[in-house]
Amino acid sequence: MVQDQEDRNERGEENMVSHNHHIISVRELQKIYRIDRIEVRALNGVSFDIVPGEFVAIMGPSGSGKTTLTNLLGCLDTPTSGQYFLDGEEVSKLKENQLADIRNRKIGFVFQNFHLLPRLSALQNVELPMIYAGIPRHKRHHRAVELLKMVGLGSRIHHRPNQLSGGQNQRVAIARALVNDPAIILADEPTGNLDSLTGEEIMGIFQQLNRMGKTILLITHERDIALHAKCIFHLRDGKLVRIEEVPNPLNAETIIAEIQAQKKKEKEDHEPQ
Amino acid sequence: MNLNESFRTAFFNLTANKLRSFLTMLGIIIGVAAVVTMTGLGQGMRSQVVGEISSLGSNLLTVIPGRARQGVGSFIRARGSASILKYRYFQELQEMYLPGIQAMTAEVNLFKTITASGENTSTQVVGTTPDYLEIRNFTLQSGRFFNNYDMLHTRKVAVLGNTVAQDLFGEPSQAVGKIIRIGKTNFTVIGVLEPKTTMGQDLGNQVIVPLSTHQQYLGGSHYLGSITIKTVSQEDLDTVAAMVEDFMVRKVGDPDAISILNQNDLIETVENITGTITLFLAAITGISLLVGGIGIMNIMLVSVVERTREIGLRKAIGAKPRDILFQFVIESSLLSIGGGSIGVVLGTLLGKVMVRFSQGTFSLSPGAVALALSISLAVGLFFGIYPARRASKLDPITALRYE
Repeated sequence: MVQDQEDRNERGEENMVSHNHHIISVRELQKIYRIDRIEVRALNGVSFDIVPGEFVAIMGPSGSGKTTLTNLLGCLDTPTSGQYFLDGEEVSKLKENQLADIRNRKIGFVFQNFHLLPRLSALQNVELPMIYAGIPRHKRHHRAVELLKMVGLGSRIHHRPNQLSGGQNQRVAIARALVNDPAIILADEPTGNLDSLTGEEIMGIFQQLNRMGKTILLITHERDIALHAKCIFHLRDGKLVRIEEVPNPLNAETIIAEIQAQKKKEKEDHEPQ
Repeated sequence: MNLNESFRTAFFNLTANKLRSFLTMLGIIIGVAAVVTMTGLGQGMRSQVVGEISSLGSNLLTVIPGRARQGVGSFIRARGSASILKYRYFQELQEMYLPGIQAMTAEVNLFKTITASGENTSTQVVGTTPDYLEIRNFTLQSGRFFNNYDMLHTRKVAVLGNTVAQDLFGEPSQAVGKIIRIGKTNFTVIGVLEPKTTMGQDLGNQVIVPLSTHQQYLGGSHYLGSITIKTVSQEDLDTVAAMVEDFMVRKVGDPDAISILNQNDLIETVENITGTITLFLAAITGISLLVGGIGIMNIMLVSVVERTREIGLRKAIGAKPRDILFQFVIESSLLSIGGGSIGVVLGTLLGKVMVRFSQGTFSLSPGAVALALSISLAVGLFFGIYPARRASKLDPITALRYE
C-alpha cells in the first residue's frame, strides 16, 4: 500500500508537468524584440513536441526566427510568452543561474565555428562542462577520454584546436556536447564551416548518436544536410509552417562511400593519360 | 564550479600569457618593494636609536639645571646651567629613600687638559659617585672602579675612558697603575673602561674621578651638572619623575630652573619621529600601489574584451555568472598577491643591500609584511571586481557571436 502510494506520488509529480512522454514540448512560444518603439516578432506562437530519440532538422530562410528558436531551445534566452518543457521541466520562466544549470546538464551544444578554447587541449575542452557540473577530476578525465575515443580522436587528446583540422575540432565539440549526457543535442549549423566530405562525416556521427537513442536538433539552411534528419521543421516569418517527415533520410555513410568511389574513379581516369 | 577549479583556471590563464602577467604585476612589485624597503629602513632606524638610548642605561631619569629642550639622541644641555643644582639636594634626595628608585648618581663635568708620559689630551673630566658605572651601563676593561672608600677619603684616583687611555698610553691595558696629571694634580689610574659609542658619540673620551675629589682638587664647586636616577622598573619612571620634580621645585623654588629628562619621553619622541617618517614614506609609496592597481584593472578590462567568446562559450555550457566573476577576480587577485610577494622579497633584498653601503639597520616586522601583502590583495580585489562583474554580466548569445 505504502509502496503504491509512493509510486503514485512520484508519477504524480511528473504528471503535473504535462507532455511527460515528450523530451521537448513547446507551447505558443513568442519572442518579441523591442528596438526603440518598433516591435519585432521574431517568433510568433510556435508549438511542437519532440519525442525522445527523434532527429529533427529546423530549416528556414534568414529572418524566419530560426536563430531565435535555437536560442530559446538552448536556454540561452527566455521567451516573451509561451511555455517550454525540456525533459519534463518547465524552463521558460527560470532565472539565469537555473538556466545555466539546465544548459550544463540537459543540452549539448555544437556550434558552426566549434567554439573550442584555443589554449586548452582537446581533453581539457571536453572536460569543461564537467568542471561546471562539479564532477571530480579523475572522473572527468576518464569520461573525456572515453568520449574522445568514441568520436575517433583517441590518439589526439592532447592536441590543441589549432593542431587539429576543422572536422577534428567539430568532433571534439561533439564529445564536449555529450560529456554530461544531455537530454538533447542542439547542433547549430554544425557543417557550415566544413567541406562537404567532412560535413558528411560529422553528419554520420550525429546519425550514429541518434541510432544510439540521442535526441538531436539540427539547425541548418541546407536542405542536403537537413535530409539526414528524420523530420524537418520549416519556419517562416516566426511561425512553424510545415513539419515534413523524411521517409528515407540520407545515410551519411553511403554518401561518404559514394564520394570516395567517385574520387577513386577520377583518379583512375586520370592515371592512364 | 568549486573554488579550487576557479584557481586552476585563473592560474592557467595567467601562465598562458607570462609576459603580460609579469608586466601587469610590475606596478605592484615596484610599489610593494618600495614600501617594504622604506618601512624596513624606518623600523631599522627606530630600533637602532631606541637601542642606543637604552644602551646608555635603562630606566633613567636625569635632572639637569635650566630649561631643557627635548632632543633626540643626547641630553641637550639646558640654558642657565649655572649654579642651581646643589650637591646637598643630591644627598637629601638620596636619604629620602623614595620608593621605585634603585640607585642614583651625580655628575660634575669639566673640560681639562691631561698629561701623562709626555702625551697630552684635552677631555671631559667627570666627577661622580661609585654607582655611575652601573647606572650608565659602563663595563671595565681592566683594573677597578673607585668605591665609597675612595670617595670618603677624596683619593686622587681616576678611571680612564678607552679612548683617553689609548691616546695617553697607546695600549689601554698599560694604563692601570700609571700616574696622570689633570690640571695641576696628579692622579693614579685605577681602571680603564671598555670602548663604547652611542649615536656616533664616543663615550670613551672621558676621565672619571670621585665626586669628592673633583670638588676638592678640580672644580671646587658644590654645584652639580646633573643627577641621574635609575628606577627599579620602567613603570616607575613617571611616578619617580613626578616625586623628584616635586622635591626639586620645593628646593629650587622655580619650576623652570630645573628639568627632568625622562628616558620614556625620549624613546617616545624618537618613536614618534621615526613613526611619522615611516608613515610618510609608506604613504608616498602607497600611491604607486594605487597606480599598480589601476594597471591591473586596465589589463583585466582588456582581457575581458579579448575573451568575450570564451566567456560566452563558458556560459553556454553551464558557467554561472558567479563562476565567471570568481574566475576574473581570482585572476586579478593572483596578479596582485603575486606582485606583492615578489615585491616583499625584492624590497627586503634592496633594503639589505642599501644597509650594506651605508650606516643603519634594516628591520622588517612580520606585521609589516602581512600588511603589505594584504594591501596588495585588497588592491587586486578592488580593481578586479569591476572588470569581473562586466565579464559575468555578458550575455552568452552576443558573446558567442562576438568577432
